[in-house]
Amino acid sequence: MAQPFRIATAGRLGKADPVRFTFDGKSFEGLHGDTLASALLANGVHLVGRSFKYHRPRGMVSAGAEEPNALVGVHRDAARRAPNVRATVQEIHEGLNAVSQNRWPSLSFDVGALNDLASPFFSAGFYYKTFMWPKAAWERVYEPFIRRAAGLGEAPDRPDPDCYANRFAHCDVLVIGGGAAGLSAALAAANAGARVILADEQAETGGALRYETGAMIDGMPGWNWAQAVTADLAARDNVRLLTRTTGFGYYAQNMVGLVERLTDHLVSPATDQPRERLWQVRAKRVVLATGAIERHMVFPDNDRPGIMLASAARTYLNHFGVTVGRNVAIYTAGDSAWQAALDLKRSGVSIAAIVDCRPDPQGPHVEEARRLGIECLTGHAVTGTGGRLRVSSIKVRPVSGGAERTIACDALLTSSGWTPAVHLFSQSRGKLAFDAETQRFLPGNAVQELVSVGACAGNIDLGETVAEALKAGHEAAGGVARKLPKLAADSTERWSGGMLGAGEGAGAESTAKAFVDFQNDVTAKDIRQAVREGMRSIEHVKRFTTTGMATDQGKTSNMHGLAIAAEMLDRPIPEVGLTTFRAPYTPVTFGALVGHGKGRLFEPVRRTPMHDWAEAHGAVFEDVGQWKRAWYFPQAGEDMHAAVARECRTVRQSAGIFDATTLGKIEVVGPDAARFMELMYTNPWQKLGVGRCRYGVMLREDGFIYDDGVVGRLAEDRFHVTTTTGGAPRVLNHMEDYLQTEFPDLKVYLTSTSEQWAVIAVQGPKSRDIIAPLVEGIDLSDDAMPHMSVREGMICGVPTRLFRMSFTGERGFEINVPADYGRAVWEAVWAEGEKHGACAYGTETMHVLRAEKGFIIVGQETDGTVTPHDAGLSWAIGKKKTDFVGMRGLARPDLVAPGRKQLVGLRTRDPKTVLEEGAQIVADPDAPVPVPMLGHVTSSYWSENCGHSIALALVAGGHERMGETLYVPMPEGAITVEVTSTVFFDEKGARTNG
Amino acid sequence: MLLIHCPYCEEGRPELEFRHAGEAHIARPENMAELSDEDFERFFFIRSNPKGIVYERWRHIHGCARFFNAARDTVSDRFLTTYKAGEPKPDLDGEGK
Ligand SMILES: [Zn+2]
Repeated sequence: MAQPFRIATAGRLGKADPVRFTFDGKSFEGLHGDTLASALLANGVHLVGRSFKYHRPRGMVSAGAEEPNALVGVHRDAARRAPNVRATVQEIHEGLNAVSQNRWPSLSFDVGALNDLASPFFSAGFYYKTFMWPKAAWERVYEPFIRRAAGLGEAPDRPDPDCYANRFAHCDVLVIGGGAAGLSAALAAANAGARVILADEQAETGGALRYETGAMIDGMPGWNWAQAVTADLAARDNVRLLTRTTGFGYYAQNMVGLVERLTDHLVSPATDQPRERLWQVRAKRVVLATGAIERHMVFPDNDRPGIMLASAARTYLNHFGVTVGRNVAIYTAGDSAWQAALDLKRSGVSIAAIVDCRPDPQGPHVEEARRLGIECLTGHAVTGTGGRLRVSSIKVRPVSGGAERTIACDALLTSSGWTPAVHLFSQSRGKLAFDAETQRFLPGNAVQELVSVGACAGNIDLGETVAEALKAGHEAAGGVARKLPKLAADSTERWSGGMLGAGEGAGAESTAKAFVDFQNDVTAKDIRQAVREGMRSIEHVKRFTTTGMATDQGKTSNMHGLAIAAEMLDRPIPEVGLTTFRAPYTPVTFGALVGHGKGRLFEPVRRTPMHDWAEAHGAVFEDVGQWKRAWYFPQAGEDMHAAVARECRTVRQSAGIFDATTLGKIEVVGPDAARFMELMYTNPWQKLGVGRCRYGVMLREDGFIYDDGVVGRLAEDRFHVTTTTGGAPRVLNHMEDYLQTEFPDLKVYLTSTSEQWAVIAVQGPKSRDIIAPLVEGIDLSDDAMPHMSVREGMICGVPTRLFRMSFTGERGFEINVPADYGRAVWEAVWAEGEKHGACAYGTETMHVLRAEKGFIIVGQETDGTVTPHDAGLSWAIGKKKTDFVGMRGLARPDLVAPGRKQLVGLRTRDPKTVLEEGAQIVADPDAPVPVPMLGHVTSSYWSENCGHSIALALVAGGHERMGETLYVPMPEGAITVEVTSTVFFDEKGARTNG
Repeated sequence: MLLIHCPYCEEGRPELEFRHAGEAHIARPENMAELSDEDFERFFFIRSNPKGIVYERWRHIHGCARFFNAARDTVSDRFLTTYKAGEPKPDLDGEGK
């Protein structure tokens, strides 16, 4: 018979709406609206997984997000394989394919269950003790074992093909939780005209009204009222209703993170439909109506499949129309679980017994149970259970002692009371207050604009809950007091009673496995052992035993663990402490957090206007920050070495053309521009003539090099500043900082022009001949336009700022044209260049050529601890200046002390050996360790033009070591080097005019 | 994510638009050249880093691009006030927690 545990008269699902799904390859039928858990239970399946440490058989414990046990894999296709999905949350759809986890070879016969027999080996702190030595065993024995045992489920091995959306939202009132309290608050806030967002984690709102059949609100059964209010709210323009949406994180200034699950319940989502949506909601006021979470009883062997929370059984019965057994026992310390027995009994399910550890529970539920003829064992405890893959019996005895009796059953419902869900309140930094009478942590003073209502605030009366929620919603919306709405609400059910910690049979002397934390397999005994071994704070107990550290974060277990530790320590619960609640409330996918920011959208890619030309001409690109830069242009048959060697030769023999567009550019304009430049750079600027350029060095206030670049003066009040490729944003920020906050009286404007100018460098003896036919209105002769000058004019019919400058040591020009013309001008220059045998060259050749000349690259020769003196740039410091940023820093004792690392050249004794960048430099490679390190290689290349390798290095006292022999130790032996000048080519610098 | 009131835009905007810029009200000495090592150390290296009210600089970098000052409680992460660069340090005794 299909779905033998479905009860025709119970539940709210459409019975004519069957859905087929598979679990571990076996086909099952459920109903539309089922969760995987309710559908499996309808088929009599309780066993769904193996526990983490002991591999014990486990079944569903709950019917909601707090589920510790029923974690499964859901496989939609080869790439969509979600591990650790809670069967109690996953809705079924036609074709859903779920698999159990943490078992081999099969769920009912699991070799790992041997761990259960070897359990003394896995007691508390076993991670810290067992795997200590022998050291060699780590790699081959311990680590593979831990890796296999650690972590449930299997991560998908392909990229996530789904897309995820992200929304920012603002509202007046955000309500988290759509039970009686949340709906009341949202209704009142919406009626008062507020913009409201209501989020509920279930597919349908209603919260505990799903199973609390004794509730009546506004003259309707609670569930019906909830659906009516929900429909009402959903139709309003000022309300956004989000179901399947979890409020997972509460951040500063009332920002709450919500994750909305959009497709996991659908048969075949559209390919462009987001799987989940992250909401970042900024709310003026937040109403927390997050309810309470039922706790299980802690007693020996309380983890067999078929043992579950009383409220879960009620949910399966009253909402899903499924009974969790045919002969059900109840073990409780509170009143609410009695209602489960009454519901089941009225649906025709046999009740084996109600065991209540309290001596004399009172109330209509007790009377009703007796009237229905249920055996009520008050003052009794369950001290053990039987059954292998499913509970088959319980052992019961009086709390006061006496004979033990065995009662047969096929399910056991337990409840030790309710823990208010204060997670989000605590995340909001509100302090929790311990209520000693009811043994609960409740929200204390809020520090953000929020209010907690209903069960999460400790309220167990429905009438009061609805009244306080209406008031909270109304006030949060700014409603006036005389218009406070009212709703009649009452319930026949009781939520009082409960206990914390271990029950009978799981006391201090017991060696039984009475589970506190099901998911991490932590028992009452483990917690006691942690205390015995010296753990005093709950934070230590938690880490030693791992209690509460699984993916459920101890929602059902933390209070038990705390109570057992407190009892052992003989201290009140608040003194032992409560572990910190951290986001997320329930696990959140990486996809939801990442949103659209993956693949091509992970980071912007910047391309110059000449990018496509370079690509078409075979350039190999390298990433420089966000830029794609042409690295080298290999011709047929060339490897990188050959291409770079040819490019280097060609530039110095005729010319090369290089895309320098990525250089940062800042326009410094205003009557005080020169004064400002004086303060920002080490160099003097006041006397720099219009039309002239200068290499500028920028320091931080501490005296270390921050950036460099060539600056052209276009007018008395206008400088064209260039920065390093990656440096433009921070240099502009640095300049703005001083301009706005230290020198606000200076009349200067700063404008980023990096994206506005395309820059084409033409370098080499033929450079002038190449550009001359294209340039209009600029005299290119050496007299009219000497090295380090700038002119404005036209090239190829478009405006240009033409710089005569050189980063190669050759005669050179840098043509700035508006970016849109970059490609066209580049092609015109290229056409002229080809006539002269010029080549296009990339960043590698640029690096080699500048190193041949000893020109530094900030960030390569410097690392934030290099001064201009260290770098051989003392000449760039204006000697007569009375102030510039970094001037005082440069005079600090350590910066003028002898022995600083200074930039030098290195030549290897074997000219063919190219040093490794970053390699260390020592005076004596045979010195005993630790060998004193003198410095390191900053740049190193094969120089085709020099015919030998070249390197730049920072070496202690380097300027005094010219001609010294030093060593670069490498695994194959030390490389002998000679300290030289940093200039390897054309030492006199004649070629800039050559 | 914090919500920060830019005193120039006169709007509360998300933290994403801003960049923190260190402690506020540390004036760069005008007599840099004569500064003693001790005075330079005080100016450049020493920061108050209090538990409680901190005066700090922020830049509305993805907005108006202005630098401004803020008083923030480092315990609650709450902004007490923001004000324009150059305005005097507000007297907030007793406001922090
Ligand atoms: Zn602004």
